[in-house]
Formats: sequence, structure tokens, C-alpha cells
Amino acid sequence: MEQLIFAGEVFLNGLMTGVMYALVALGFVLIFKASGVFNYAQGVLALFAALTLVGIQKGQVPFADLINAVFGSRLEQFGWTVPAALAIVLAALVMVLLAFLIETLILQHLVGQAPIILFMATIGLAYFLEGLGDVMWGANIKALDVGLPQGISDGIEQVTAGWFGYGYFIDRLDIWATIIAAALVCALVLFSQYTRQGRAMRAVADDHQAALSVGISLRFIWVMVWSIAGFVALVAGIMWGTKSGVQFSLSLIALKALPVLMLGGFTSIPGAIVGGLIIGVGEKLFEFFIGPMVGGATENWFAYVLALLFLVFRPQGLFGERIIERV
Amino acid sequence: MLYREAGDFKTSYREDGQTFPIRLDRWGYYAVLAVAFGIVPFLINDYWASAVLVPFLIYAVAAMGLNILTGYAGQVSLGTGGFMAVGAYAVYKLMTAFPEVNIVLHILLAGGITAIVGMVFGLPSLRIKGFYLAVATLAAQFFLVWLFNKVPWFYNYSASGQITAPERTLLGYAITGPASSAAVKYLVCLCFAVVLAWVARNLTRGTLGRKWMAIRDMDIAAEIIGVNPLTAKLSAFAVSSFFVGIAGALLFAVYLGAAEVGEAFGINKSFLVLFMIIIGGLGSVFGSFAGAAFMVLLPVLLKNLLVGGFGWPTNLAAHIELMIVGGLIILFLIVEPHGLARLWRLAKEKLRLWPFPH
Repeated sequence: MEQLIFAGEVFLNGLMTGVMYALVALGFVLIFKASGVFNYAQGVLALFAALTLVGIQKGQVPFADLINAVFGSRLEQFGWTVPAALAIVLAALVMVLLAFLIETLILQHLVGQAPIILFMATIGLAYFLEGLGDVMWGANIKALDVGLPQGISDGIEQVTAGWFGYGYFIDRLDIWATIIAAALVCALVLFSQYTRQGRAMRAVADDHQAALSVGISLRFIWVMVWSIAGFVALVAGIMWGTKSGVQFSLSLIALKALPVLMLGGFTSIPGAIVGGLIIGVGEKLFEFFIGPMVGGATENWFAYVLALLFLVFRPQGLFGERIIERV
Repeated sequence: MLYREAGDFKTSYREDGQTFPIRLDRWGYYAVLAVAFGIVPFLINDYWASAVLVPFLIYAVAAMGLNILTGYAGQVSLGTGGFMAVGAYAVYKLMTAFPEVNIVLHILLAGGITAIVGMVFGLPSLRIKGFYLAVATLAAQFFLVWLFNKVPWFYNYSASGQITAPERTLLGYAITGPASSAAVKYLVCLCFAVVLAWVARNLTRGTLGRKWMAIRDMDIAAEIIGVNPLTAKLSAFAVSSFFVGIAGALLFAVYLGAAEVGEAFGINKSFLVLFMIIIGGLGSVFGSFAGAAFMVLLPVLLKNLLVGGFGWPTNLAAHIELMIVGGLIILFLIVEPHGLARLWRLAKEKLRLWPFPH
């Protein structure tokens, strides 16, 4: 019984982690659907967004290290701080600009290449952005605080203590992250279902050429999709950055999102969410029950093996489009 | 002017099908081999061996392995780092368990063990294709690294969790351990690279290679014309993993000497080898060597330029280096998505017509 109560807590925590995974996976799905690009750089985008946000908020001079190294100056801070809300807006603008640059400088020149080439290009992009983020804002670990509530949630602890005689430890940040992620998903679904641009986006996802022939601008849609993905990355970056500081390991959440994608299917938004929840809960429960027997730290690979086993039975994932092959 | 096939008369099918049909190419190839075996070992010093030549040869073997799987058989793999770790740990266990057996045999056996592991992780390729498979091979990467980290038997219960290569000799020369000299290390790696390149070239132009290419181009069509996807895909995984395992064994035993699995064989290694074959050229043995040379030389050059030339702090230089590597990869993909091998081929075609282009 004790075990079950603990497992309940692990389950809830897993659910919330799952939402975070789903958030990153969403960025992947959006880009893959609209442009067929498997965007490995999504995790680094989140890191870059979070770094930019912190940098703007703290009033850091961008490229300070580089400027100092070249000119021998001692620049570091502008000496002001920017309010969180404004900083988020500015960071979002930077992400839009980045999306535009990615489209003009990279994707445009790679139209019609094999998917593996595009995938490799995004790995190159990931390296580039990782370096750029560090050069721009410095590589030290930064604390990110945009005013999200943190710490244990007293309400839940008291309620669960009343029920089971054991208070669940749930971080308020996780609860807020879940709410924000859910809101973001709803907004995205509404956007893609009911607005002109959203419809155009789905049309492009369906068939590039048909979309072009009815007068949809591919370039605009791609910039838009990458901007949205950048924005999703920003949100993910804020959540993860608040939780564990803005540092290199933030970009590794992309690797966590990949099995989510496999499980849910590369082309399905609901798939990304359900997949994220399954993986989040699955890996936490596995670590809780089986982990101690095999030496722990199973979270690194459990998601992948689960997704792998699942794919053997259903190669297109849970909600992916059925793969039809013709000779 | 000199570079012509005219006048080079082939009198048998064997001659017609040889790897270097043009005489100058053939001579160039023998000349490179002669320099590599006869001259370089006498000139080599520690810096050149450890910074450039030895890693180049080892990564060339790994790149050939991945090229067989990805370039010839069309199965994208991101698990190279994990398979290299299998080779490294296999050779470590063999070296410490049977110290009297020849080290070369150990390295080959390590390749064989990696081939078996590779086949097991290749099984899903029969059901999963494309990006799903690429991501699925990450399962191998993470699982294997975790396994070598968490099961103490693999690192002989050493306190640091590291593996350290004991000294082993071949013909009286130490080739592993701290006493080994630069020239010996270089020669050992060179022998493996040359022999394996010969194997790769001849496998890929024979029946097996044609089966792989048929599977790559369209697996359903290949199945219909009688290529068994089970044997073709699994053999590709096996041969590829054999190469990658040997590269991992050499990297650990000869080059690094001591290794910690997460650091030496992490996911970055998988990407590094993938970059090599993309930049070098998919489906080309020459491309594997060219890509390995490029990716090994680039960081050395950049480091010399930024830290040595401009005097920038090392951490800043490291970040700039990341940016440049990333940027160059993108540039390369835009300018020549088929890699250095294609550029080489184009250059040769031009040269054949030069100086009379009509």
C-alpha cells in the first residue's frame, strides 16, 4: 500500500514531466508537418531562447567575450534590467528573426534535397546555435526567473496528507508548466483549425505543390512555422530554465523529445501530447519500480527502448499517418 | 594531358573491372601507399600522430563502417558511438581476460562481438524505416552507454569506472599502453585502415554490395526482384558494426589508452562520424577517408588559428569553433550535398578532358 501511494506521487510527477517533453516534441511536429524537416536543433533552439531571455533580462552585452577578446575592452553589462514580460516579448522577436534567417540562409537553398540532408543541416544548425548562444551570452550557468511560482505546493500536500496520511510533493512550477503547456496546445490547435494562416499551414503540410498551386507562399509559411517552433522553444526554455537553470544540458531535452515523437508519430499534434505523457509517466514509474534493481539512471534509455518496442508493432507510431508504400 | 584512359588497353574483364581503371590513378594509389608505409613512419612525431594521423585513420575505419550501413544500405544510424563503445569494452575484456593471446586477434574478435550486437539492434530495421529507424538506433546509443556505465563487470570493478589499456606487444613492439611509440601506433592503425578499406571496396562492388544498394534505393522493389531484406539489412548491420567495433577498439586501446564511456563514446561521437560520411560522400570508400580527414583536421586548424594565431581565450575559441563547424557543415550541404567524393569525381572528369575540352 505504501508503495502504491508513493507510486501515485511518482505518477503525478511523471505526468508533469511528460507535459514538458510534449512541449518540446510539439516544436518538432510543427516543423516536420509543415516542411518535412526533421529539426534536430529544436532543443538548442530552446537553449538559445532561454539564454537570450536571461541575457536581455539582465541587460548583458551580447558578444561581450568576443568584443573583449578582439578590442581588449571590459564590457559586460549595460547596467539595466528589463522587466520579465518585455524581455519575453523581445526574446520572442529574436526567435522570429532567427526563423527568418534560417529560412533565407539555409532552408531556401536546400529545397528538394533528400530528408537526410535536411536533417544533417539541422544538426549543423544545432552546433552553430550552441556556439552562438555561448559566444553571445557566455557559457556559465544562469538562473532564470520570470516570476513563475516555485516551491512545493502546500494545497496538494495538505489534501493528499488528509487522504493517505502522506503529503505529495508537487512543485508549483510543474503545475504552472502543465497549465501553460495545455493552454499553448489549445491555442495552436485553434490557430491551425480556424485561422487563414493555420489553414494554409495545414495545406502546406498536406502537399507542398498543391499548396503552391493555389497561391500559398511556401516561404511565408515556413518562416511562420519556424517562428512558432521558436516560440514553443522559448516557452519550453522558460520552463526548463526556471526548473534547473539555463545551461548546456537544456539542449539535451531534444533527445528526450525524440522517443516521444516516435511513440506519438512524427506528424500528429495529439500524438506528441499523448506520447509525452506516456513517456513521462513510463520512465518515472520504471525508474521507481525497476530502477533500484539495475543500478538506477534508467531514464536515459527507457524512453527509447519503449518507443522502439512499440514501433516494432506499429511502425508509424500511435497517431502517425499510415505509411503506404508503392513501388 | 597525362590523365587519360586512352592507350591503357584492357585485355581481360578483371582489368576492366578494377578499382582504379586509369593508370595515373593506379600509380597515385601505389605512391600514396608507399609514402604512408615507407616514409611517414620515419618522420612522424608524437604531435602529428596523436593530433592528426592516428585519429584520422581510426575515424576513417568508423566512417567506412557507417558508410556501409547508411551510404550503401540506406539505413541511417545514430548509434555509432554506442557500437564503438562495444568494440572498446570487448577488446578491454578480452585483453584483460586472455593476456597471452595476440592483440590483433583481440581487436578482430572485438569487431566480431560488435557485429553481433549490431545485428541485434538492427533487427527493428526490418519493421521501421527512415527517421523512425534513425531515432530507434539512438536507443542502442543510450542503452549501451548506460550499460557500460552501470555494470561494473565491464570495467573490471575499477574504482574510477574507467577502462585502461594494459600494455600489449606485437612482434616485440608495444602497441598499447604508455610505452608505445607514435610510429608503431600509426602503423597498426594504418594496416587496419588499409586492409579494411580493401575489404569494404570489394564487398560493396560484389553481390552483397549490390543487394545493399538495391535495398537502399527501394526496399520493396528489391524484395520483389529477389533480394531478401532480412539477410541484406542484417548483413549490412553486421559488417558495418564490425568496422565500427574495430574502430572503437583501436580508439580505446591504441589511441586513447584510457576511456570513460560517456565521454569517449557519447552521442557526439555518433554525430561526428555521421558528419564525416555526409561531408565525405555517402556510398564511397574514398569519401569516408576524405570526410574523416576533414573533420579531424578542421578543429586542429581552427584551434591553431584562434588560440595560437589570435591569442583568444580557449573557451571562447571552443565556442567559435562550434559555430564554424556547424556553419561549414551547412555550407557544405548547400554547395555540395554529395560530399567531397563528388567533388573529387568532378575534378577527375575535368582533368580527363584538360586541356582540350572538346
